[in-house]
Amino acid sequence: MTEQIDKALAREYEAGFVSDVESETFEPGLNEDVIRRISGMKGEPEWMLEWRLGAFREWLEMEEPDWALVDYPKIDFQSISYYSAPKSMKDKPKSLDEVDPELLRTYEKLGIPLIEQQMLAGVAVDAVFDSVSVVTTFREKLEEAGVIFCPISEAVHKYPDLVKKYIGSVVPKKDNYYAALNCAVFTDGSFVYIPKGTRCPMELSTYFRINEQNTGQFERTLIVADEGSHVSYLEGCTAPQRDENQLHAAVVELVAMDNAEIKYSTVQNWYPGDENGKGGIYNFVTKRGICHTNAKISWTQVETGSSVTWKYPSCILKGDNSVGEFYSVALTRGRQQADTGTKMIHLGKNTKSTIISKGISAGRSNNSYRGLVRMNPGAEGARNFTQCDSLLIGDQCGAHTFPYVESRNPSAIVEHEATTSKVSDEQMFLCRQRGLDPEKAVSMIVNGFCKEVFKELPMEFAVEAGKLLEISLEGSVG
Amino acid sequence: MSNTNSLLTIKDLHASVEEKQIIKGLDLDIKPGEVHAIMGPNGAGKSTLGYVLSGRDGYSVESGSVTLDGEDLLEMETEERARAGLFLAFQYPVEIPGVSNLEFLKASVDAQREARGEEAISSADFLKEAKAACKQVNLPVAFLKRGVNEGFSGGEKKRNELMQMLLLKPKLCILDETDSGLDIDALQVVAEGVNSQRSADRSFIVVTHYQRLLDYIKPDFVHVLSDGKIVKSGDASLALELEAQGYSWLQKEPSEDELEG
Repeated sequence: MTEQIDKALAREYEAGFVSDVESETFEPGLNEDVIRRISGMKGEPEWMLEWRLGAFREWLEMEEPDWALVDYPKIDFQSISYYSAPKSMKDKPKSLDEVDPELLRTYEKLGIPLIEQQMLAGVAVDAVFDSVSVVTTFREKLEEAGVIFCPISEAVHKYPDLVKKYIGSVVPKKDNYYAALNCAVFTDGSFVYIPKGTRCPMELSTYFRINEQNTGQFERTLIVADEGSHVSYLEGCTAPQRDENQLHAAVVELVAMDNAEIKYSTVQNWYPGDENGKGGIYNFVTKRGICHTNAKISWTQVETGSSVTWKYPSCILKGDNSVGEFYSVALTRGRQQADTGTKMIHLGKNTKSTIISKGISAGRSNNSYRGLVRMNPGAEGARNFTQCDSLLIGDQCGAHTFPYVESRNPSAIVEHEATTSKVSDEQMFLCRQRGLDPEKAVSMIVNGFCKEVFKELPMEFAVEAGKLLEISLEGSVG
Repeated sequence: MSNTNSLLTIKDLHASVEEKQIIKGLDLDIKPGEVHAIMGPNGAGKSTLGYVLSGRDGYSVESGSVTLDGEDLLEMETEERARAGLFLAFQYPVEIPGVSNLEFLKASVDAQREARGEEAISSADFLKEAKAACKQVNLPVAFLKRGVNEGFSGGEKKRNELMQMLLLKPKLCILDETDSGLDIDALQVVAEGVNSQRSADRSFIVVTHYQRLLDYIKPDFVHVLSDGKIVKSGDASLALELEAQGYSWLQKEPSEDELEG
């Protein structure tokens, strides 16, 4: 039975191709000169460079964290290249017609056509290839609504006041080892600003692609939703199949002003390495949002890729009545290791948080949920509900739950539920007895297990997530 | 025993579970449209027979042959047997949380259609059929949206099994102690559902410990299974005889083990 399930899960990594694009790539190595060069490539103002250098100096003093339940050889930060961009991007193409067709083909192959007419109506895309943003679609349409959606490297020039005000305001430079590294060497990413009282007219999306060998991707996303505004943002990522490990250390900061709402969804499908654990992406990511009064931030993530994942999208519930949500599906198989979860920091009165985490472990993988719920003394009447479910497939994998609860307000209520289950022989037999083949049976059972999270995803992503888990959503009528 | 036009033919079947022999030389021949009741004490191998026929993992056939519609059943994978028209109604239906009944049923029906070279049924048509099946087994339509057996009562689970049978339209239905855990009203609903499905091209194996079910589903034949073999066969009156006298007169030396099953 286990064998059949493993076979069912051993899907091909379809995004594993390499694009033949001539790139300009820095020599491996990291020092202040490299940071000056990155900043120079972007033509950044002095304050940005100083900010980077400050972070780099902090980083040099910091230690790589080792508390997560993941095991990987020490990273040699001097062997990584910190900048790689397609040569064709040097002249900054003004429109899609000027973009290298090979780049457009890459995204088309990944199912993300960048020609606006071919795209799903209602989704604007920023396509980030290695260290640069290739193109951002639907910008005029968004500008009409006053929405800013552009590469962060561009925002530094065009909207310096906004960037200066908010960058590092949610995730401080020295927050943690990887965040500090990102601050020093980040190359591109997306910047979003939704003006007061505006409902963003379309879904915003960034698609991250690592292509070049021995290159790290260090992107940075900053989303500011001004008072009473609303935005839904999607993020997807893939990388070629390579034997070496590659580092991806991103920082995402969300700011939800009073009465604003941000919905942030991720489908993470970085190359996971082969079945013996060779190659794959180290995904060490810091994601955090701050909620002001009555604001809401909702994180939804479907994590199927990466060889090692270290990621805790969090909410600081600063304003009274603010709401934080975290919905997560993490699937590990082969030798993948995931240590993921969230932090909900309740500062304001009557703040509410919900955590639904679904971990699926197969093969010889290890899947850990790590979550912190903190009720500060001021969090009068705050509430949290946490549900952590683990599904084991086979008998060589591991599922672990590390919930941390700190309550310093007696009126706060914290609830935690956890279950561990297996795809049982009885379930498999029932499905097969009704005529389903084992692959379909497993994907159906896993899909059912994840349903509470999938229903939080925007439609386009729910479909992609379903495909990722080899799930046919056929027959989901009703 | 003649094989002409038989739907199911079992010859000298020996089968075991975890190296313990349970079926020890069983013969059975079922023609299209017939209803065969298999009765017997706990531990006789009644449920095992259903699992062996449907190809459950861990149940291995040591010798003998089984054909369904002339095809070698034992050569087929579990799902191929189902697609060939074999249906097992479970004694204890398992839950599949989060997978809606409708999604599960449509996937099952489509898998079977695909095996016959037919196209998938349209969602609208299927919904219509599924609603009609709900009505027939007296389950609220809302059950289609609920997870498979998730939080269903014992009776609801059995009716859900029956609904699956109505939609899959099998050639051979094995009802594994469908009466267990049912009150008399639920039993009647299930029996009526089964009776409505009786036809010239559908046969039933009704596995039961008690005669009660056979008051509602009239069998053409009754077989007594004891220690892995059919020790006595007869018509419906055999069931009444068993009810009156128990099984002990048919058993040679029942062990503790067998009685507890």
